[in-house]
Amino acid sequence: MEPFTCMFCAGLSYRWSCQTMMVRDALNQAMDEELERDERVFLLGEEVAQYDGAYKVSRGLWKKYGDKRIIDTPITEMGFAGIAVGAAMAGLRPICEFMTFNFSMQAIDQIINSAAKTYYMSAGFQAVPIVFRGPNGASAGVAAQHSQCFAAWYAHCPGLKVVSPWNAEDAKGLLKSAIRDDNPVVFLENELMYGVPFEMSEESQSKDFTIPIGKAKVERQGTHVSLVSHSRYVSHCLDAAVVLAKEGIECEVINLRTIRPLDVECIETSVMKTNHLVTVEGGWPQFGVGAEICARIMEGPAFNYLDAPATRVTGVDIPMPYAKILEDNSLPQIKDIIFSVKKTLNV
Amino acid sequence: MVAAAVVSARTYADFTTEATFEIKKCDIHKLDEAPATQVVMTREEGLQYYRTMQTIRRMELKADQLYKQKIIRGFCHLYDGQEACAVGIEAGINLTDHLITAYRAHGYTYTRGGTVKEIMAELTGRRGGIAKGKGGSMHMYTKHFYGGNGIVGAQVPLGAGVALACKYLGNNELCVSLYGDGAANQGQIFETYNMAALWKLPAIFICENNRYGMGTSVERAAASTDYYKRGDFIPGLRVDGMDVLCVREATKFAADHCRSGKGPMLMELQTYRYHGHSMSDPGVSYRTREEIQEVRGKSDPISMLKDRMLSNNMASIEELKEIDVAVRKEIEDAAQFATTDPEPPLEELCNHIFYNNPALEVRGTNPWTKLKSVS
Repeated sequence: MEPFTCMFCAGLSYRWSCQTMMVRDALNQAMDEELERDERVFLLGEEVAQYDGAYKVSRGLWKKYGDKRIIDTPITEMGFAGIAVGAAMAGLRPICEFMTFNFSMQAIDQIINSAAKTYYMSAGFQAVPIVFRGPNGASAGVAAQHSQCFAAWYAHCPGLKVVSPWNAEDAKGLLKSAIRDDNPVVFLENELMYGVPFEMSEESQSKDFTIPIGKAKVERQGTHVSLVSHSRYVSHCLDAAVVLAKEGIECEVINLRTIRPLDVECIETSVMKTNHLVTVEGGWPQFGVGAEICARIMEGPAFNYLDAPATRVTGVDIPMPYAKILEDNSLPQIKDIIFSVKKTLNV
Repeated sequence: MVAAAVVSARTYADFTTEATFEIKKCDIHKLDEAPATQVVMTREEGLQYYRTMQTIRRMELKADQLYKQKIIRGFCHLYDGQEACAVGIEAGINLTDHLITAYRAHGYTYTRGGTVKEIMAELTGRRGGIAKGKGGSMHMYTKHFYGGNGIVGAQVPLGAGVALACKYLGNNELCVSLYGDGAANQGQIFETYNMAALWKLPAIFICENNRYGMGTSVERAAASTDYYKRGDFIPGLRVDGMDVLCVREATKFAADHCRSGKGPMLMELQTYRYHGHSMSDPGVSYRTREEIQEVRGKSDPISMLKDRMLSNNMASIEELKEIDVAVRKEIEDAAQFATTDPEPPLEELCNHIFYNNPALEVRGTNPWTKLKSVS
């Protein structure tokens, strides 16, 4: 165990404790560990087995676990999502992958009516321990039908848990929790984050490392404004915070980690400290995650601490265009966050 | 009791213990053989089928009554006429097997182990209901019975998923997935056929063809009404769904096929519902009263069984009447319970959102109402 200066950590580190991992590898590791831990866990979806996953998230799993536990499905989302839900009802613990959540719309009846509502309709008789996972939201240049964010749609429904990890540690800890959860969990990944490397803490390298669903994390402490975000836009918020710090504006950046149940307490505590709230998301503005946060803040104790109305930074209210200049201007950029913070602070 | 005295005058030795019956041959699709047409039924089996079918019949008629009195509300899809399907299927499988159906589910809830009392109390929305009053007519569950499903066709992939679990766990169990002639055109059913056949799932797909999807006759809904052939690469049987023995034999045949690892099978049961699609459908705008009467007169499943038993000296009229009386009493007692049991307590409104989860707070209708939810 010799000390060295790690290029990712600030300052000295011990070799064995500092590890970096890409988000896709963290997801892969989470599934591998849970497949090993519990025989009832299995993965199904398009290209998850022999192709190693459309985005290589399930690389190596079929080779290790075989046909029984890693199942390639035909291109029939409604059918295989229903099959996955039925398998969960009968005692297995499926991970149902959607190549992107855009395709989950074909299966949405099974997710909501067969999975989410069943425990309630049966008055606690029939549980549905299932995870629906896959990339959500915008990618790059994939245009309107392949770029929608479903966080608000799924988070609307009781009976579901909706999780949206940002970094590699989130991805690993939250996916393990989702798989161990006895209820339907919608796990929203982000394709643009798959290849991004992050530092992994020592504790995250344990096979029992889980992050609790329903708890947000303060990624950066601040005093002037609360920036609340999820998934990829947490990076944007942190980058905006660095720029704003140079002008003396200290942003508190909150990584929601879970959309439903929302950790309102974490947001309230922050707002009561900073007196300003800006939400940042990739999804469309109307009836979205930011809208819900604003409503909840109004209904709680933090409202009286606001020195200005809350601001939402969102995707533009249009289907996603293709041309790069158009696409870039359809999603929140760092400059949009900076602009919104300054407007909120009236500086 | 007078009835008991009458029965004790004839001992069991007077009755035939079992008889062989000639049943209709099934139409087959992609099969080399068909189920047997000469089948044995014991006296015991006959009495059990009779009692079960009669219980379902009377339970459904009581539900009709309670609905008209507005004690049952919402949707209520009755099964009278189709009893031979539920009873015949159950006779061909084990309770350890699995079954899922759509919304015309009261009969199956019973054959799968639910009691009349808890079924009726669920219909009336009381705390003693099989789903504690939270599910209603279309959402009843019991062991190895996955409902009761309201979305037409959705239950079929679910059933194949249960079958996948059976294969995965290697428990030699199978899953029966039922759907109607209306649902038979659903895309997700064809998706399911494909995966079930591809992966050789121990699944029996059963189409209860009662000739009408709500108000639309089969001829007006399907380009092919040979529902037993619609599984294409899946072997199929077309079965007389009004004859409990036909249904039983076909189910046994299909179950053997599944359990031997050959993959899924499809059965079409030709059956009939006396009631309309639901209690809000009088059922006579798209079919004639004569048609309904004809089926009742010539093909009623309970009458058919009764005639068989009587003409083969397997039971006496008095014995069957006794069963009728006992069934009537069971239904009356259940209805009494269902109409007097209290409604579920408001404190439990938000329970059962999540399983095995710490208690959580649920927002009420306004921000000041914070309700509690436990698993």
